[in-house]
Amino acid sequence: MAMPGFMQRLRDAMSPPSRKQAILGLFQDAESAASAGDALKEAGVPDTDYDFLTDSPYPEGALGEREEKHRLYLYPFIGALLGLSSGIMITAMTQVAYPLVTGGKPVLSLPPMAIVCYEGTMLGAILFTVIGIVFESRLPKFVLGLYDERITQGFLGLRVNTEPEQRYEVIQIMNSAGAVEIKTDQ
Amino acid sequence: MQEGKVLPAAQINRDLLRSILETPRWFWPVVSLLGLIVLAASITVGIMINTGLGITGLNYKVVWGFFITNFVFWIGISHAGVMLSAILRLAKAEWRRPATRAAEVLTIFSLMTAMIMPIIHTGRPWRILYWAFPYDFARGIWPNIRTPLVWDPSAILTYLTSSTLFVIIALVPDFAVLRDRTTGWPKLVYTLLAMGWEGNPRQWKLQIIAGVLLSALILPVFVSVHSIVSWDFGMAVAIKSWHSTVFAPYFVVGAVHSGVSAVVFAMILLRWAYGWQDYIRHEHIDALGRLLIVVATGWFYFLVMEIIFGIYGLEGDELAVRALQFLPTDHGVAYNVWMIIFVGITYFLPVILWLPKAWRRNLWIMSAACISVNVGMWLERYLLFVPGQANKQFQTFTWNDYLPQWPEALIVGATFAFVSMLMLLFSRVFPLVPLYDIKEGDILRTEMQVGRRTLTATFRED
Repeated sequence: MAMPGFMQRLRDAMSPPSRKQAILGLFQDAESAASAGDALKEAGVPDTDYDFLTDSPYPEGALGEREEKHRLYLYPFIGALLGLSSGIMITAMTQVAYPLVTGGKPVLSLPPMAIVCYEGTMLGAILFTVIGIVFESRLPKFVLGLYDERITQGFLGLRVNTEPEQRYEVIQIMNSAGAVEIKTDQ
Repeated sequence: MQEGKVLPAAQINRDLLRSILETPRWFWPVVSLLGLIVLAASITVGIMINTGLGITGLNYKVVWGFFITNFVFWIGISHAGVMLSAILRLAKAEWRRPATRAAEVLTIFSLMTAMIMPIIHTGRPWRILYWAFPYDFARGIWPNIRTPLVWDPSAILTYLTSSTLFVIIALVPDFAVLRDRTTGWPKLVYTLLAMGWEGNPRQWKLQIIAGVLLSALILPVFVSVHSIVSWDFGMAVAIKSWHSTVFAPYFVVGAVHSGVSAVVFAMILLRWAYGWQDYIRHEHIDALGRLLIVVATGWFYFLVMEIIFGIYGLEGDELAVRALQFLPTDHGVAYNVWMIIFVGITYFLPVILWLPKAWRRNLWIMSAACISVNVGMWLERYLLFVPGQANKQFQTFTWNDYLPQWPEALIVGATFAFVSMLMLLFSRVFPLVPLYDIKEGDILRTEMQVGRRTLTATFRED
């Protein structure tokens, strides 16, 4: 299942706090974590309700995680357009404001304008790409959810947000899959 | 064949964060010594600003000397970052992993150092503001965008901003590791820097795309920066030997040559200083040595082309400069001897040292070769810029020569101390080898049996 859209996330944020509880299972290897994920799916836990936490990137689909959609590729184009516009404005307006004719060359000389505009375009594209990476990664995140520092030591975390009624079933699934420790936010 | 073994994540953290979590005994004495050199150079800059550029060897005719040579040299070194990080990342070269961060950080610090050089060189640094930036609304004075001296800041600032952001984005997952391994106020700082990174699949997916996308975007900037720096000279019609159309690619390839050599030397130093034998391995240095043979030969081709293009027109003034560069002369400085030394130590000596595999795997020989390249590349810029200004022309009263004075030598020498100091300080607070990149490489590694041999193989996702 795809990530909820912006409006959905906004509605979620505005709505009363969820009753859901967080459970974090720690696994020593990718196979056990992936099995736990599969079992959760079979038990009817929506794939938007759980996340794998790792200390390095795994190949896409290796953990059976949901497919992530993003709009990162739009950001460089927007940035490039803004950068190009700024470049044109700076080069054209400054020369028109102070028209110094040198060597009989035109005041608005295109080759040097193109160079500065090119740099402006690239700068805009890169700045917006970085902004896009941060936003699309849902960062900054001011409150870290249920987490364990051993995740950055090579353990794999499987964090589930579950209804209280399903809590024990989720813990059972994680134990069966070989979780070395299970933490809850309660 | 790949070497090394797959290491547990905890050991990777322990080894690669050693420079941050423990302070070696040599660290602060070395940093203090480097800091003293930088301080001495800063005082010299102050004296120079107070008394004027007269205390340097610069004069009418030779107006660009040591400072501008050093500026171009450091711009060249800065090209290592993108060469190693972006190109190898796009090419999915497995051996890039331990080298990328150090190369990117070297890019940032060498660019910063390069930017300082023309500012010092102006003699009146405060004026550079309205020469380069469109800010003087009150007086209606605007920079002249038709000069390469304005294109330069736009390109360099774009490259500096991009490279810095590139490094910061790639550091975020490592900030999270540091957040989890530290206590007290360092933990608070790393927590803020990690921005709440938890390592979920979405964050990793975007981190990987970010590496590729930013690499692809920075590559054109990388090419433009040194091209534009070359146009500082190439667009100058009046100075013979400078006005050359081949300068842009010649400068770009030369920058890669010196930059990659500098990174190899930095990697060898880091391996030795922090005991990173399991991460910066002989196979990496070997691969970089092979790459350098190709880059060096490309650079040598452009060097020859530049000389041939200069001589082929048979212009009197141009031939006079070439004679000054290549023939014995009574002009004062034996440029021809320096030319022989420069070509020898920039191309022939290092390439001979890089050819045998055993020598590419000998870290002493590789260090010597890489230092040789960088001394040579510094000389290259000097011999490219100064003879053109000190040229023999029809009117003999315009002949002049340039002998650098002690303030220039001290300031130029201190730039090396400055970059080394910044690299060391960086390694004290941030990991110089990307932790997650190394761990990812280990995840994708396996052993496979081919006939009677067991080989290490790496899976690659396309």
